[in-house]
Amino acid sequence: MNVLNFVQAFFSDGAHWHGYDGIPTRFLEHVRYAALALAIAAAIGLPVGLLTGHTGRGGNAIAFVANAARALPSFGLLVLAVLLIGFGLLPVMIPLVVLAVPPILVTTYEAVRTVDPAPVDAARGMGMRESRILFRVEVPVALPLILSGLRSAAIQIVSTATIAAYVSLGGLGRYIIDGLYQRNYEKVVGGATLVALLALVTLALFWAVGRLAVSPGVRRR
Amino acid sequence: MIRIDSVTKRYPDGTVAVDRLSLEIPDRSITVLVGPSGCGKTTTLRMINRMVEPTEGTILLDGEDVQRQPVTTLRRSMGYVIQNAGLFQHRTIADNIATVPRMLGWGKQRARERAAELMERVGLDASLAKRYPYQLSGGQQQRVGVARALAADPPVLLMDEPFSAVDPVVRKGLQDELLRIQDELGKTIVFVTHDIDEAIKLGTMVAVLREGGRLAQYAPPAELLSNPADSFVEDFLGADRGIRRLSFFTSDALELTTDAVVPAGAPDAPLTTAETPYLLVTDAEGRPLGWRERGSAGDADRLLPYGRPFRPGTDSLRAALDCAVLSPTGWAVAVDADGRVTGVVSQQTIGEAIRAAHTQAETDAAPARGEDEKVAG
Repeated sequence: MNVLNFVQAFFSDGAHWHGYDGIPTRFLEHVRYAALALAIAAAIGLPVGLLTGHTGRGGNAIAFVANAARALPSFGLLVLAVLLIGFGLLPVMIPLVVLAVPPILVTTYEAVRTVDPAPVDAARGMGMRESRILFRVEVPVALPLILSGLRSAAIQIVSTATIAAYVSLGGLGRYIIDGLYQRNYEKVVGGATLVALLALVTLALFWAVGRLAVSPGVRRR
Repeated sequence: MIRIDSVTKRYPDGTVAVDRLSLEIPDRSITVLVGPSGCGKTTTLRMINRMVEPTEGTILLDGEDVQRQPVTTLRRSMGYVIQNAGLFQHRTIADNIATVPRMLGWGKQRARERAAELMERVGLDASLAKRYPYQLSGGQQQRVGVARALAADPPVLLMDEPFSAVDPVVRKGLQDELLRIQDELGKTIVFVTHDIDEAIKLGTMVAVLREGGRLAQYAPPAELLSNPADSFVEDFLGADRGIRRLSFFTSDALELTTDAVVPAGAPDAPLTTAETPYLLVTDAEGRPLGWRERGSAGDADRLLPYGRPFRPGTDSLRAALDCAVLSPTGWAVAVDADGRVTGVVSQQTIGEAIRAAHTQAETDAAPARGEDEKVAG
């Protein structure tokens, strides 16, 4: 039996499409964890990245924080969080957010910092306030790069959110972990396929957002 | 009027960018700040709209200290044009131009109409309104930059090396356009450049700054060329300032001769005052065809090129001399607005006119210079 057979067997089994352990439920759970983690990470990474990028200060501190966060193993962090605060959604969010903040923070900082200084100078010279310069001049131009940071964070979250199942939460990780435990490889492969699928959907979603939100003058098309 | 009153800019590391600079910038004229890099010309400009704050001294705008005005209000009352235009690449050309009007709370429709009006004024085709900056050439982008600065009709325009990044042909076009716009609008323009030719072409008054942000000379361009204050200004003006100064003398006093002008096919004119071995041949309309040697009447193929003609009155003595130097016969051809020959003039006659013009300028400048020194002092 090869992988494709596993996939076919998993998706054609009617039992996998219903109930609390059905694909729709697990899929939505997974999306919910990922979306929540991304929202929290963006709420931390975007403002800090925008502000430091605009002022051009704090670049070293950002690099330090980002590297330190990247060095933390997600799974280890999850176990630690559970030991410290017990089971629940919060200990799952901690490693996911820690994972997602560095790419958002670093790319947002770089994106805003590397915006052509000439339009910024022109905007300031015509009497634009700093907040307006940031949101009306810098962000629209930096947007493709900012979105790419959010996108890599989102992809990492989607694949890593499988660890939620280790601490008895749901999500697509349920199939992988249960499958491994039950030596049901059909389930493992099915779960992994769904995670990959969700990652692709995420990519498509960011592509669409980019098309809609980035000005044709910046896309140069 | 903008009055810069013993302004100094000293940076924390001790560098002095501008050193006790005083200038009176007259209304409704172009004042050029020119000098080598590091002379503080851009810093001076940026202190006027408080992009840089002076360490000492004051800058008065119509008698009011710019330091006392809210910085955004001050800047919105001044147009600001920079090198490479600095357009917002995510906005269309029309939206770029409408930036300040929109900031000032104008309605969308009114701002759009204003943008269209300005595009026409700076010589941009209306079809470009919906384009994005990356779709425009460097020269077009710079025109948008000027239009954007003019959008809210500010009385003052600050221009920081606006034409430095475009090629010489486009730059000349932009300079001519600026002079035309200035004729129509009469703004108070402060213009920074490192190009002395640009300064002389555009400036009503030219302030030459030297390294360390000190004023070397502040004078109208013709005065600068005829009487550089010191060897620094002289060196900065370059080797051919004598020739360039001729741009300020009119050519309408030149004595033209028609003795050496003959229609095609006509026999040689008798030798009279115009003692040239050549005759200028014209077509039936009176337009120049070329020079022919005496004694070669009828041999149409052997005409020498006549070079570039000049228009007395419109063109300067410099243009007339240039035509004579370029002409293989040493004679310049004068034409009217329709290109018909009004006469020819020799290098020698132009030389005499130059001497006369110099003498005239010396007598005119003698009392005026005293006043200039008082202003600049």
